[in-house]
Amino acid sequence: MSNMIETRALCFAYPARAGEPETQALRGVTLSIERGSFVVVLGHNGSGKSTLAKSMNAILLPSGGQVLVDGMDTRDEELLLEIRRRVRMVFQNPDNQIVANVVEEDVAFAPENLGVPSEEIRRRVDDALAAVGMSQFVQHAPHLLSGGQKQRIAIAGVIAMEPACIVLDEATAMLDPVGRAEVLSTVHRLNREKGITVVLITHHMNEAEGADRVIVMDEGRPVMDGTPREIFSQPEKLWSMGLTVPDTVSLLYGLRQEGMDLPLDALSVEECADAVAAAMTSSSKGTEGQ
Amino acid sequence: MKPILQVEHLTHTYGVGTPFQRSAVEDVSFTVADGEFLGVIGHTGSGKSTLIQHLNGLLRPSSGRILLEGKDIWAEPKKIRDVRFQVGLVFQYPEYQLFEETVYKDIAFGPTNMGLSGEELDHCVREAAKLVGLSSQTLDKSPFELSGGQKRRVALAGVLAMRPRILVLDEPTAGLDPAGRENLLANIRDYHRNRGGTVILVSHSMDEIARSVDRLLVLKSSRILMSGTPGEVFARAEELLAAGLDVPQITHVARRLHDKGLPIDPAVYTVEDLQRQLLDLRKGGASC
Repeated sequence: MSNMIETRALCFAYPARAGEPETQALRGVTLSIERGSFVVVLGHNGSGKSTLAKSMNAILLPSGGQVLVDGMDTRDEELLLEIRRRVRMVFQNPDNQIVANVVEEDVAFAPENLGVPSEEIRRRVDDALAAVGMSQFVQHAPHLLSGGQKQRIAIAGVIAMEPACIVLDEATAMLDPVGRAEVLSTVHRLNREKGITVVLITHHMNEAEGADRVIVMDEGRPVMDGTPREIFSQPEKLWSMGLTVPDTVSLLYGLRQEGMDLPLDALSVEECADAVAAAMTSSSKGTEGQ
Repeated sequence: MKPILQVEHLTHTYGVGTPFQRSAVEDVSFTVADGEFLGVIGHTGSGKSTLIQHLNGLLRPSSGRILLEGKDIWAEPKKIRDVRFQVGLVFQYPEYQLFEETVYKDIAFGPTNMGLSGEELDHCVREAAKLVGLSSQTLDKSPFELSGGQKRRVALAGVLAMRPRILVLDEPTAGLDPAGRENLLANIRDYHRNRGGTVILVSHSMDEIARSVDRLLVLKSSRILMSGTPGEVFARAEELLAAGLDVPQITHVARRLHDKGLPIDPAVYTVEDLQRQLLDLRKGGASC
């Protein structure tokens, strides 16, 4: 299987400003994002995760190393449109991403610019709005919607472009739990059903649960890379980087410290409760037997 | 405790006479005691932000009253400016409102408008900066050189410097990373504890709010769905879930353990409490 995105020894420095040296945001990142995968990138503020995201569709160009999108080098200006067509981004603040006065026009904006036939646009807009659960707002004015609703419109606009890969740069940070869950289930479904590659940049640990792979960034480098289970069963390492773990893992960790025999990788509520219940039963049986 | 703020039958309707006419707040009544830490929770569009913009007179009720220390804040509309000094509102993403050349000047903007100057002003600024954990070196920097979390602290300090009687925060931790979130909440909790100030915290994060507040107000479709201590509110998990709101993840674990027949309080909302209950239970089991 070919890689959707590949970075090779990618470095990026924000230029020096008056009185201050340049900031090395990425210090040699070599990663491959497989086509069709769902990858979550975690890291605290300043870890380089957003810079990495913006390097993935040529918003930022490497100051060292290379980024290949579907084999195309992002530094090649001729390929810029092709690259952006394949990899589309959703940003944190929905207000900066909405251009039209009516929801459906906003979603139709990009496909219209590409000259997609109008029947096809109609279908794409309707599908995209349905995918984000905003169908009933087709005729609404975006500025009257709440922040979470606006973000779902922005995501619909991206989906309407039918890209091969979506990069979400903290796109759920401004949403409430319900909105966040809707967006997450939407991108999971797009990943599963349409095979769209998803790169989700976040610092909400719970969003990493359903991913194929989690990459943890710290000081401009990937420092952990594995399945959610592999990553979250190392809470001490995550805490040391200023990150948190899901409360389920905190509970399991705390109980283990008290001598209970529990796994650390029971991430979901169900797994965690089942593991705790089993350990409680076996420990009381153990004492009865003594 | 004596009430500092009373909201009586507050209704606010947007876009009256347009196709978008909609009541964002409908017949909401509640009282905030002096020195209380109140949490307001509800999902996007539930009316939280509209509600709190009434508390310092940014919005005027379509009907109903807001009483600050027993006095209707709109009794004398010309004096509404005084209300804004007494009820300090920290908006969502307040760092977008920083504008001065230095952090110091930005924090000083509010108290200067209140008429403070000289040593008194300096004292207010430095005290507010200290409350949010900004070092004195930071005061001379441009606010635009700071990280997102620090910018937000500057914005918070700008409101605290006016020494409001009531501090109202709208989603103060949105967009911050876990460490930034925890730091800012600790600043707010310290301010509440050490200064005895009344704090109203609006959030949609159950996990975050449960750990900080004395009492919770849950909004649903422009109305109050329930109010009580976090324990009382989370004991009604079924209703919350039916209303499209979540309960903390750890409450879900406790509920499942409870359903499995373990004698665990299904309204537990912190890791520490659940852990303690489980360990007590294990100890109790061992003594049988």
